[in-house]
Amino acid sequence: MSDAFLEIKDLKAHFPVERGIIFRREVGTVKAVDGVTLTLRRGEILGLVGESGCGKSTLGRTILQLIPATDGVVVLAGKNLTQLEGSELRHARADFQMIFQDPYASLNPRMTVFDTLAEAIGAHSNIPRGEMPDRVNRLMEKVGLSPRFLNKYPHEFSGGQRQRIAIARALAVEPKLIVADEPVSALDVSIQAQIINLLAKLSREMQLTLIFISHDLSVVKHISDRIAVMYLGKIVELGPATKVFERPLHPYSKALVSAVPIPDPVREKKRERVILAGDPPSPMNPPSGCPFHPRCRYAIADCAKIVPKLENFDPDQQASCIRMREIN
Amino acid sequence: MPLLEVTNLRTSFHTRHGIVRAVNDVSFSLEKGDTLGIVGESGSGKSVTCYSLMRLIPQPPGRIEGGTAIFDGVDLLKASPEQLSKIRGKRISMIFQDPMTSLNPYMRISEQLIEPLLIHEKISRDEALKRAMAMLAEVGVPDAAKRIRSYPHEFSGGMRQRVMIAMALITKPELLIADEPTTALDVTVQAQILDLVKKMQRELGMAVIWITHDLGVVAGFCKRVQVMYAGRIAEHAATDELFAKTAHPYTRALQKSIPALQPKGAALYTIAGMPPDLSRNIEGCPFVPRCEFAQEQCKQPVALKDITPGHATACLRVQKNEITL
Amino acid sequence: MMSTEPPIITTPSAEIEPGHSLWQDAWHRLRQNKLAVAGGIFVALLALVCLLSIFIAPGTYAKTNLALGATAPSAAHWLGTDILGRDMLARILMGGCISLSVGLAATLVSVVIGVLYGAISGYVGGRLDVIMMRIVDIIYSLPFVIFVILILVVFGKHIVLLFMAIGAVSWLDMARIVRAQVMSLKKQEFVEAAVALGLRKRRIILRHMIPNVLGIVAIYGTLIVPSVMLLEAFLSFLGLGVQAPMSSWGTLINDGRKSIEEYSWLLIYPSLFFSLTLFSLNFLGDGLRDALDVRASKD
Repeated sequence: MSDAFLEIKDLKAHFPVERGIIFRREVGTVKAVDGVTLTLRRGEILGLVGESGCGKSTLGRTILQLIPATDGVVVLAGKNLTQLEGSELRHARADFQMIFQDPYASLNPRMTVFDTLAEAIGAHSNIPRGEMPDRVNRLMEKVGLSPRFLNKYPHEFSGGQRQRIAIARALAVEPKLIVADEPVSALDVSIQAQIINLLAKLSREMQLTLIFISHDLSVVKHISDRIAVMYLGKIVELGPATKVFERPLHPYSKALVSAVPIPDPVREKKRERVILAGDPPSPMNPPSGCPFHPRCRYAIADCAKIVPKLENFDPDQQASCIRMREIN
Repeated sequence: MPLLEVTNLRTSFHTRHGIVRAVNDVSFSLEKGDTLGIVGESGSGKSVTCYSLMRLIPQPPGRIEGGTAIFDGVDLLKASPEQLSKIRGKRISMIFQDPMTSLNPYMRISEQLIEPLLIHEKISRDEALKRAMAMLAEVGVPDAAKRIRSYPHEFSGGMRQRVMIAMALITKPELLIADEPTTALDVTVQAQILDLVKKMQRELGMAVIWITHDLGVVAGFCKRVQVMYAGRIAEHAATDELFAKTAHPYTRALQKSIPALQPKGAALYTIAGMPPDLSRNIEGCPFVPRCEFAQEQCKQPVALKDITPGHATACLRVQKNEITL
Repeated sequence: MMSTEPPIITTPSAEIEPGHSLWQDAWHRLRQNKLAVAGGIFVALLALVCLLSIFIAPGTYAKTNLALGATAPSAAHWLGTDILGRDMLARILMGGCISLSVGLAATLVSVVIGVLYGAISGYVGGRLDVIMMRIVDIIYSLPFVIFVILILVVFGKHIVLLFMAIGAVSWLDMARIVRAQVMSLKKQEFVEAAVALGLRKRRIILRHMIPNVLGIVAIYGTLIVPSVMLLEAFLSFLGLGVQAPMSSWGTLINDGRKSIEEYSWLLIYPSLFFSLTLFSLNFLGDGLRDALDVRASKD
């Protein structure tokens, strides 16, 4: 697969749960990410969707080596990231960056825009101080921010502007991969569009591989080339964005897609809704067999016994359900 | 006789940087059993409007500058504390966006559920507990009899919101105000909560005001919609009409911004410009700087006017039939 | 990629808008708090006068006049004289010097120790944190006053030892507070972002952690000063603090208490000055807390 730019193989992130005050015993494991395999091309945009507790944020952070992987491998442009440590890892970080959900919390409130961006630009390169203002200006214009605001502090900006600063900071180190963890969830609808457009444009222009994490399917569908649906630490469906949205294969994806409100009263009233019962189970006690079977309307006896694997329904769409062909 | 009639509501915040006119001359009415959606982005005044009705605005720095809100003959804005306490929590209930901060983390759910009953109705604790358990089961909390003794942090987000709904509806109010209760929840949980509120509304025959920024939620849930911008009402119509015969450029722009309705591949539509600074006095239509149809005449003061019965717009050019959207 | 882009004309600085840091906002809020401002001015003035008195009329506080004895306030001695004929005004000002400098010095010691201890414990975490905090717990539970008394009795009543003894036990609260703040800061996304950028740990602590801890340190620091002053007064009351002829307010109050009926001014004036100073520092600390309470999200 010479196309493969980012290869993730059987990635796991398990967290032990300990009890006890003086002597800590392990009583269980939270399997936040439980065996994820993905391959992305250079410049591809992958939408990663799922609900709270499915592990998508943890997966993003594990890929970026912000959370140590318990098992599995992440290879970016031929470099094995999971093996890196110490200052090697620190230097390699220029290649992969993150954009966070809360634009206010992700900026140091006591640093001006200039400080924040200059720090990022200078993190892995020796730029002479005289050149710095020019570089910062260019970076700000790239994300649509006026250089007039150089000396302002995060709290003096709106949410959308802060997110632009965060994007500029991520771009400052010239990364190859960016993981955006719910980058627009905290923003107003009209501002969301601006930021999504910006990310899409930057990804195209700079050949950036982008993993866009969100719980909002319609946002993800628009920007992504492919969509991966996560449930309880595993990917349950993977395929081209429009296909996954218009013809979801996995029962969970079906429920997810049907839950998205359609802003068109005529269509909204006509369509068939799949309302999921109950809450997502805790990742500490995943159900036996298929993790979704307790809430699945198509579940049969075997579903509690067999752990399904991702299988191809057609060449580009996969789902992990043993009844995949029957129900579609 | 409408259940709630709001006329010329004006609420401002007196801050260090100036007077922010958060709600600027808002009027609407609600019939018994109606579902009204109030749609807007941050700064539109949608939440402040309802907080003003419930007198939940901190004064200072907030101040209700004028207007009336008649609920069953009582003006909520001028009611005495005694009158208010008989209405708030009993006849008008409210649920909020973040169930974690709306529930008292130190009290068991049982205590919080029976509190409104003990205050507003003269029943015994046992009676109240029985009703609380029944209510909890009705809103879909499994194992209600056992879980009623839990604390808020032992529930998930969706469950907490159900508890909030139970608390709000336990006194069988005539009006429920919901301020973005599902914005922070997963989309499947949101669907469950919307279904639940629909069911309760049918059973209790109550009116609902649902505040949201999501036009999709409004499309499936509300009979009437009110779109707010910069503290004013931009458009007010029956939901079907709002979508089919949009009568304000802002409403149209909002619809165009929704990713779900846009073709893949092209850049998403964005509304140019930024929301206005509400501390500056705006003559005429506040949407002018961002509107593609704006003209000189739009800078004069415009009032909300019906263009067809039940469908009102604050756009001068639409009122004059100069443009169709 | 950067080198092929045309150079951008740098914006002339006249066009760059100034920013308002959170400190500036806090300062503005503080200035509006009249009590805090009054307290701050009082302490500043007092400190100034006390300092000046050392240079203007050195030694006055120790000049005895046995023939005069204790006299009530008069034109010659504004606040009267004590039993040995020493001018009370001079003594009170000297006492102010001592009390304030003990307060400030001991607070400085406890802040420095507390911040370092708490920052390391909070940032490194894990076993080290557990051990460090258990040490704090143990020291906390010891009868500290007895400790200080022991130190002073065994090693002598030198004023420097007094500073150190007080400072050595008052850092505990600061350590806990800084540790809690650092631990919550660690989880903040901008720290995660700094790690993701590949910044060195040292830079993260200095540039991202410490500046965000200073607010809390300033608040609690100003509140440690009055409690340290009270402690010193208490020790002086017991006879363990500064020794005659140097007088802190504690010693003055102790002396005054002995003749409360005959020469009441010997007790009233030192107590008055002491109370006013404590009030002022507390108002200042409260004002700082309100001003720095950054609910700064302007959304």
